[in-house]
Amino acid sequence: MRAGLTVLVMVALAVVPPLLYWYANPFYLDLASRLVILGIAAVSLNLILGYGGLVSFGHAAFLGLGAYAVGIPAHHWLYGGMDAIATTNGWVQIALAVGVSGLFAFLTGLVCLRTRGVYFIMITMAFAQMIYYLIVSIEEYGGDDGLVIDTRSELPFINLDDPLQLYFLGYVSLLVAMLLVRMIVHSRFGMVLQGAKGNEERMISLGYNIYAYRLVAYVISGAMAGYAGALLGNFTTFISPEMMDWSRSGELMFMVILGGFATNVGPVLGAVAFIVLEEVLSSWTIYWHLPFGLMLIGVVLFARGGLVGLFTGRGGKK
Amino acid sequence: MDLSLIVIQALNGVQLGLLLFLVASGLTLVFGILDFVNLAHAALYMVGAFVCASFTFFLGNFIWAVLAALPVVAFVGYLVERFVARPLYTRDHLDHVLATFGLILVIDTLVHMIWGPAGIAVPLPDWLRGQITLPGGIVVPSFRLLIIGAGLAAAGGLFWLVNHTRLGMLIRAGASNRTMVSALGIDIQMLFSLVFALGATLAGLAGMLIAPITEASMGMGNSIIITAFVVIIVGGIGSMKGAFIAALLIGLIDTLGRSFLDDLFKIVMSPAAAETSAPAVSAMLIYIIMALVLALRPQGLFPPKVR
Repeated sequence: MRAGLTVLVMVALAVVPPLLYWYANPFYLDLASRLVILGIAAVSLNLILGYGGLVSFGHAAFLGLGAYAVGIPAHHWLYGGMDAIATTNGWVQIALAVGVSGLFAFLTGLVCLRTRGVYFIMITMAFAQMIYYLIVSIEEYGGDDGLVIDTRSELPFINLDDPLQLYFLGYVSLLVAMLLVRMIVHSRFGMVLQGAKGNEERMISLGYNIYAYRLVAYVISGAMAGYAGALLGNFTTFISPEMMDWSRSGELMFMVILGGFATNVGPVLGAVAFIVLEEVLSSWTIYWHLPFGLMLIGVVLFARGGLVGLFTGRGGKK
Repeated sequence: MDLSLIVIQALNGVQLGLLLFLVASGLTLVFGILDFVNLAHAALYMVGAFVCASFTFFLGNFIWAVLAALPVVAFVGYLVERFVARPLYTRDHLDHVLATFGLILVIDTLVHMIWGPAGIAVPLPDWLRGQITLPGGIVVPSFRLLIIGAGLAAAGGLFWLVNHTRLGMLIRAGASNRTMVSALGIDIQMLFSLVFALGATLAGLAGMLIAPITEASMGMGNSIIITAFVVIIVGGIGSMKGAFIAALLIGLIDTLGRSFLDDLFKIVMSPAAAETSAPAVSAMLIYIIMALVLALRPQGLFPPKVR
């Protein structure tokens, strides 16, 4: 049942947006591109939040770091300075995005993962805000006003200036991300991670160094989100610290919970529902955050298991 | 770098620290006793500022406006407790965080609908607009001294309430064993509502005190809540003493870091390098302090003895 839902959603995402682009309004492809890119970030968050039980409230920082890893080299390539990283080569930029966010995840993870529960929530949030203020304070990269990416990443065979090619790069990346998380979850590593979520003491008694397991999962998750950030930078061509504000992290969490956490397709479904709702409500009223917030409260209070639970009649694995 | 500038900046740091304490004490109180994580706490700080702004124009006097606005914020806090927090006490922290995140969106939008998107400047009465010359010829705005005084008074009142009254005894008892307290015939639900409203009032007061300096604006809560989190993490979640010391520490470090870090850096590096690196480092300073404290003491500086 759930596998069928996954196939259905992914086939729909492969077929519907291009059709809308050709026969309806090209604008819909923009929505879909944002959707698949944020979907990757939500899938990566689900690895630690859903399967690992680590409530990270700073995931938008990785997205932002990934986007700036595209923007900053492109900025120097155009305006000079910092020759070591000045490039528009997509491979270098993506490697930088993944590397920097992975490193940030490693360094903050060392501290965050020593703590539990509500401490962890607040600390991940605080570290994300630290990156936010760091970028705000650097005037060279636009500070508060953000940075325009004048040239998109250059990759072989793919032209990112073509919206359809950018969309399919995002789509394929999303598929790969989902497969990767699925593989991780079903591996021995993933079993330990889920075991530590279920019963920490037992896993420690069994001799597992769960701190190390969690740290590795945290770094993988952060690096994946960094990759999504690199795509996001290429998609929007304008990046600003606002994209790593903690409310962005909250939205990513909402996608995971809305779709159904600790399920493979849940985060994607959540991203679909989130983007569509945002679009519909914001075209209806400028006060769209009001129904949106009420709905969020309602989902938490009354609808456990998210959309996947709704469609398959089973709650997400708790 | 002369002495009077240091004194003025230190006073500003103390002022920021006391405002942080007013926000953080409510957070830590609600978490320590109700085991509830309230992201929307700073939304109440914003509501306080806006309600106070309206009352200032309506009543024509800032002080009366603050006194009139406090019960309003307490009531908003009660509503939040009754309709959002109470159904969630038995759930995990993830649910608290998500629901109160939704609540932030709701409160922000309601404020936007009622007061409009622009910020509102709050005028002060004449006697608060002047400056006072301290011994040593240091001139400070009198309103800043009022903030420090009000902050200290609120902190003192809170310590008295928690440590020397019957209500405070119940609050402390509720924090260590809530089942036992309700078994002794105390209306624990009522106690929770009171604590929540008290926390809301303190946050609201902080918003009212800062409004004449910055103006009441959308998003003012979003910028202080993270710093308040840093405060209670450093102080130890649930500890009032920890919140007070950490708030002053963070307030001073943040203010002094922003003012003097470039001068300090110039001692060890070239002026140009100091000019570029100091803003970045001072923006991250409190988070670096937080990371250091956590690396040494994961439970914060003053973890509460119980729980």
